[in-house]
Amino acid sequence: MNNIKIDHSAAATEFNKDEARVNWHDETLWFVRSKRDKAVFQIPEWEQLREAGSQIKNHVLSNLHDYLTEFEKKATENGITVHWAADGKEHNEIIYSIIKNEGVNRMVKSKSMLTEECHLNEFLKEKGVEVIDSDLGERIVQMREEPPSHIVLPAIHLKKSDVGDTFHEHLGTEKGATDPQYLTEAARQHLRDTFLTRKVALTGVNFAIAETGGFVVCTNEGNADMGAHLADVHIAAMGFEKIIPKAEHLGVFLRLLARSATGQPITTFSSHFHKPRAGQKMHIVIVDNGRTTQLGRADFRNSLKCIRCAACFNTCPVYRRSGGHSYHTAIAGPIGSILAPNLDMAKNADLPFASTLCGSCSNVCPVKIDIHDQLYKWRQVLVKDGHVSSVKSIGIKSMASVLNSPKFYRTAGKLGRFLMKTAPFMVNNNMNVWYNQREMPEVPKESFRDWYLRKRN
Amino acid sequence: MKVALFIPCYIDQFYPQVGIATLELLEKLGCEVVFPLNQTCCGQPMANSGFEHLNKDCDNNFVENFKGYDYIVSPSGSCTLHIKDHLHGSDETASKHIRKNIYELSEFLIDVLKVKNLTAKFPYKVGLHQSCHGQRGLKIAQMSELVAPPFSKAEQLLGMVAGISLIQLDRKDECCGFGGTFCVTEEAVSVKMGKDRVADHTRNDAEVITGSDVSCLMHMEGILRRQGSKIKVKHIAEILNSVVS
Amino acid sequence: MSSREKILSAIKTNQPDYQKLDVQFKFETVYDDLFNKFSEILSFVGGKAIEVKNFDEIKADIQSHYSGVTRIATTIAEFSDLADFSLNIADPHDLETLNLAIIEGDFAVAENGAIWVSEKHIPHRVLPMITQYLVIVVKKSEIVTNMHRAYERVKVDDTGFGTFISGPSKTADIEQSLVIGAHGARGLTVYVLG
Repeated sequence: MNNIKIDHSAAATEFNKDEARVNWHDETLWFVRSKRDKAVFQIPEWEQLREAGSQIKNHVLSNLHDYLTEFEKKATENGITVHWAADGKEHNEIIYSIIKNEGVNRMVKSKSMLTEECHLNEFLKEKGVEVIDSDLGERIVQMREEPPSHIVLPAIHLKKSDVGDTFHEHLGTEKGATDPQYLTEAARQHLRDTFLTRKVALTGVNFAIAETGGFVVCTNEGNADMGAHLADVHIAAMGFEKIIPKAEHLGVFLRLLARSATGQPITTFSSHFHKPRAGQKMHIVIVDNGRTTQLGRADFRNSLKCIRCAACFNTCPVYRRSGGHSYHTAIAGPIGSILAPNLDMAKNADLPFASTLCGSCSNVCPVKIDIHDQLYKWRQVLVKDGHVSSVKSIGIKSMASVLNSPKFYRTAGKLGRFLMKTAPFMVNNNMNVWYNQREMPEVPKESFRDWYLRKRN
Repeated sequence: MKVALFIPCYIDQFYPQVGIATLELLEKLGCEVVFPLNQTCCGQPMANSGFEHLNKDCDNNFVENFKGYDYIVSPSGSCTLHIKDHLHGSDETASKHIRKNIYELSEFLIDVLKVKNLTAKFPYKVGLHQSCHGQRGLKIAQMSELVAPPFSKAEQLLGMVAGISLIQLDRKDECCGFGGTFCVTEEAVSVKMGKDRVADHTRNDAEVITGSDVSCLMHMEGILRRQGSKIKVKHIAEILNSVVS
Repeated sequence: MSSREKILSAIKTNQPDYQKLDVQFKFETVYDDLFNKFSEILSFVGGKAIEVKNFDEIKADIQSHYSGVTRIATTIAEFSDLADFSLNIADPHDLETLNLAIIEGDFAVAENGAIWVSEKHIPHRVLPMITQYLVIVVKKSEIVTNMHRAYERVKVDDTGFGTFISGPSKTADIEQSLVIGAHGARGLTVYVLG
């Protein structure tokens, strides 16, 4: 991690230098949104199902303390060891101590955005532990030493030729080979060997059931299962908001999740773990890392309802045209933009502004998080806490002083249509930013008000 | 019926013809229309930039101008939505009345005036840009994300115009990328979104792009003119008010 | 104070007022024909459903489809003569060379083509994933409409592990091109016994 402040807008400008690639990125993700539409329109009760998902999660947030203790008790009875981590550092240390206890120095890991959030891989690398990500997309970006650009489709920013080059370098596939079937087969062989030789496997958790003390992991590739069922030790890492009251509520969430994510009716594997298999050890690490703070923010707490489907990424016109890396956070897209400021306001102050507030994100959200309203609210908080540049601040203040006073407004208007200088869409008084790629509106002879006074008064 | 006309600042300054068309149309449909002379802005440019707290005077000025009318009508979905969601002047009773009785033009025509036919004529191929705030905020059209029957108040009105031919878009309700200050703070993405939106209309043979938000139209017009495109933009009020020749 | 206490006490302080759960969360789905829907969805997700009358039909079909295939294992007594690979092993890693697993599913779900497979029927959790090809047999009378019915049908903690399997293992991580056979089975055939 470096200390250079990366700004979404600057990164997006860079991303947009290759317009053909932006088109491809946009269309690829729009295709996923279209698949989502096709799937959800087959469920007449879809909107009620979203409401159910939303209400169950609201209920969970209001009773988290009891559900977590119930879960812990049941999971312990099931033979699972439960750990609690206050932050990313403690999460990483707990996992390292489990690995060390086994006397090994390598681990296979299926997709867990929580471990991305806690920077587990970097931590373990420093400790001399090798981690291999087994989700194909994650393995690809891991080889390239890049973060995932999407929480469901980690390598969606890459073309098959990029993957071909990476696999040629790391897996010895034929130079120039780009056939996805061929490349996937190469990864299958490589990772099968990994699954068979790792004694510790880490998975994420999609849902943890308070009533039964078990948890559900969803994958299409079967990589979480391959890792966990072959390892002597299975570690499952979860943010504490993953809890749901009862198994019957999974009926709602498993109907919502894959349809929202990829347009599939369900993921290929929805695996329910309740007890370690004979001779195996199973650990669950329950993580806070800022979640209790978010829980205390009335305006933002319901971001914790997120089930990580990424439907808001796929529908977001800004995400599709700026790419996941421009969000410089483990979880990109609209949901990432309302989660990240909670973790670090100064570092992520740009993200709530990386949106037109079009509202499409809130409409696709399977648990009805009011994402775009929270983006608006974060903007207010960030400004009040002094996290916007003084240039912008001065620009907005001068605009406000014009628009607050009818007299000042009219004088400014007469002085060559004040909007030319202090236009609402031209903060910083920098006309060039609009004019770079767009013509200015033609300036009419008179304002509407002048016309009205002439014609109607 | 006494209607106060709210003409957002950029319409007042840059697109007076939209204000004129709105006024004439409402008068044609039998409304008594008043334009409160000291109005400025809804406050959205500040608020969406995170400076909602600077809007006290702006809100009070808005309330001062628009209190006491049966209805307030505006040819902008975005500004209407902002007032509906965020107007909080010192006089809360008056603010509440305004929040409840402000309408975007097309929803006012359909829901309040219950317009069934118009005498307008507009013999062109027209692409309708569904602006996000009108659509997803005011719900003047069904949103493509929701599993619900489709409707569009703007389409309903345009359907009453003689000679018009509405084109189908590939992405019927994607954002144009204007987004207030977003259009300069995120210039690259904003312009790309605008170009893509315009391309959808171009690809589907639009001669005119219309919509109920001048801000979106101004953004797309800026791009069209830079491209040297022949496609014109016209606010829906201009089409609905177009005179039968 | 331990992290556990710290987290739980912060949660107690910060969680919103108790909100009752009284929303409808189970829905009816009506299909004209459960098998047809199941079959349609299973083929959409890359698998194949075959309706059969008895075990002999399944056996004949497997023999014709997988002729010459060795290293076949099964948990179903009726197919024991097809199997040349014993599941009576201590270490699941020994399943690595398995080509075909023929197993029993508890029930199937029409809306998503999923079949519930649990430790009740499989001696090794990794069996349905590690095998190159997977065959599941499920009774036609055991197809439910949707996931709400599915969770009424199964007690998830009856066994230590259970999974819904919907089609063969797959990925679209390279340019959204669908590839069947990521890490798990490369093919899934479901025999629906009527």
